[in-house]
Amino acid sequence: MLKIEDLHVKLEEEDKAILKGLSLTVPAGEVHAIMGPNGSGKSTLSYVLAGRDGYVVTGGSIEMFGHDVLGLEPEERAAEGLFLAFQYPVEIPGVGNMTFLRTALNAQRRHRGEPEMNAADFLKLVREEGRKLKIDAEMLKRPVNVGFSGGEKKRNEILQMAVLQPRMCILDETDSGLDVDAMKLVASGVNALRSPDRGFLVITHYQRLLDHIQPDVVHIMADGRIIESGGPDLALKVENEGYDQFVGAAA
Amino acid sequence: MSAAEKLSPKREAAARLLAGAPIPAGQAGWADAARAEARARFEAMGAPAKRDEYWKYTDPTLLTAPKAVAAEAEPTAAPEAFPGADAAEFVFVNGRFRPDLSAETVEGVEIRTLAETLGADIAFARGLFGALEAAGHEKVARPLAALNTATAVEGLTLRVTGEATRPIHLRYVQVGEGAAMVRHLVRVEKGASVTVLESGAVTNGVTEVDVAEGGAFRHVRLQADPAQAGATHVFARVAPHGLFKTFTLTTDGRLTRNEVVFDLVGDHAVGHAAGGVLATGESLIDNTVFVTHTGVHGESRQVFKSVLDGRGRSVFQGKIFVRDGAQKTDGYQISQSVLLSDTAEFDAKPELEIYADDVKCSHGSTTGAMDEDALFYLRARGVPQREAEAMLVAAFVDEAIAEIDDDAFADAMRAHVAAWMARRA
Repeated sequence: MLKIEDLHVKLEEEDKAILKGLSLTVPAGEVHAIMGPNGSGKSTLSYVLAGRDGYVVTGGSIEMFGHDVLGLEPEERAAEGLFLAFQYPVEIPGVGNMTFLRTALNAQRRHRGEPEMNAADFLKLVREEGRKLKIDAEMLKRPVNVGFSGGEKKRNEILQMAVLQPRMCILDETDSGLDVDAMKLVASGVNALRSPDRGFLVITHYQRLLDHIQPDVVHIMADGRIIESGGPDLALKVENEGYDQFVGAAA
Repeated sequence: MSAAEKLSPKREAAARLLAGAPIPAGQAGWADAARAEARARFEAMGAPAKRDEYWKYTDPTLLTAPKAVAAEAEPTAAPEAFPGADAAEFVFVNGRFRPDLSAETVEGVEIRTLAETLGADIAFARGLFGALEAAGHEKVARPLAALNTATAVEGLTLRVTGEATRPIHLRYVQVGEGAAMVRHLVRVEKGASVTVLESGAVTNGVTEVDVAEGGAFRHVRLQADPAQAGATHVFARVAPHGLFKTFTLTTDGRLTRNEVVFDLVGDHAVGHAAGGVLATGESLIDNTVFVTHTGVHGESRQVFKSVLDGRGRSVFQGKIFVRDGAQKTDGYQISQSVLLSDTAEFDAKPELEIYADDVKCSHGSTTGAMDEDALFYLRARGVPQREAEAMLVAAFVDEAIAEIDDDAFADAMRAHVAAWMARRA
């Protein structure tokens, strides 16, 4: 589903390498977690995968859905089935949540040569998925993320994921700013989407989200590389003993 | 150089403009007097010049070059400005009123041509024609408006006596080049209300609006790609509990200067001026607003949004002037622009002048590129770049469009914004 090989990335604006030979493979049907200290390059990885400007890939490759995606625009990657749940979902005043989501869904469908979803079917779908995430009609009518609490923003991300039905999902620090109840809601939303033909990459600083979203594989990232991979136990080891043991060993 | 010598080029320019426009004949004595006074005002002020502070950002040269009156012509088909609006249309072709193409009556409104009104003795017009224009020079000269009072022969006068049953749509059609000058008078009687729509453009347009107690005047204007440089003035005087609201969407064109000048003379009066500017190529669009608070508990708002591409330029000059005694004034002003290119330009000049001590006045102005975070967010969800930009631009301009009370007219403006963005793609 996702295959990253020896990826090197630097910032466009300054000569600063962020990712330094990162390799990672997420097969369909699996949930992989990336844990790492602040500044290890986790968010850069999520942005580069999504195709954001401002980064230069100086080496290596990213394959998604069986082919190279480095030359694709963010909207093309999205239409092919990539979804990035943002660490800081963006507020867009003046653009209604529903309008935004319907525009996105139909743009993706057009790109894939599928018919657009009509307003009635869309409304039904969004209400149904919204209900599971406790997102009411009033929230759906508001401008995208404007005036939403931290928890509401993250639930809104998961709602978008549920409606867009991506094949490869990246969750960037989705647990940040969430209380326990909100985290459970978000996790159940994610777990409902787990399926044999969908891959997940869960980026997190803390282990606690992984109590609710059980990963198949855990990777430890430091200084722009994966320095250790293992089973779910690896997350517990980080929680108990910190990152220093891995970072020290790699240095 | 003496002051008199400094003025002379402005006066010369004024004389040139007057030479091509003799004082209209066949009017009542009061109208002749008003014309003569306006002519004297214009001669004394001289034509606007680039070095005038009020024209610092907008070179008036194109507006002060004498231009022959546009020839008579038959209208060409134009896209609808307000689709679906059940409005009574009054059509001007090359600045000439065309009764044959226009509605005759609107319930609740006495409609006459300017010539009829100035040839008769109609009380409201006597106290209004040239009066608001003359008062409008109190703080700063507006010579092109005085020129209009002195010489304009075409236009309508509206006396609104009740709730106008339909909006009145003043539609200007321009075929080829040439000067097109119009002058309208609107008197909204006590408790009465009307909506006036305008579409198209003229080279010199002035409207004087007198809103009596509890009356309401609403104005929505579309200036789509005016082929010629033009200047407009809307003057308004608002009595207690009266409402004056004006919105203008201007797209491209060569040079458009819109001045809105209103005085909340009565207590608890409300005045709003809003506008959207979409400019690319070499277009220059200038919105200059002057708000005077005279009565107490007045509320004024100015909301202007500009979207600029290519070498497009937008100028906003907005002033809130609060007279001594205009307590409890609530004045608000915001002007913002989004620059879609490195060569676009936005000039904003907000001003406050306040002589009362118990007032609330605020102003703000911002300019910047499109929000990259929002753009990436939309694209990361699958919205193609051009479509995402159009969504963000629509949302940005919408804060000004939202000032329009009637949803149908607001939607019409939204459609024009979307069409402009689509043309850009």
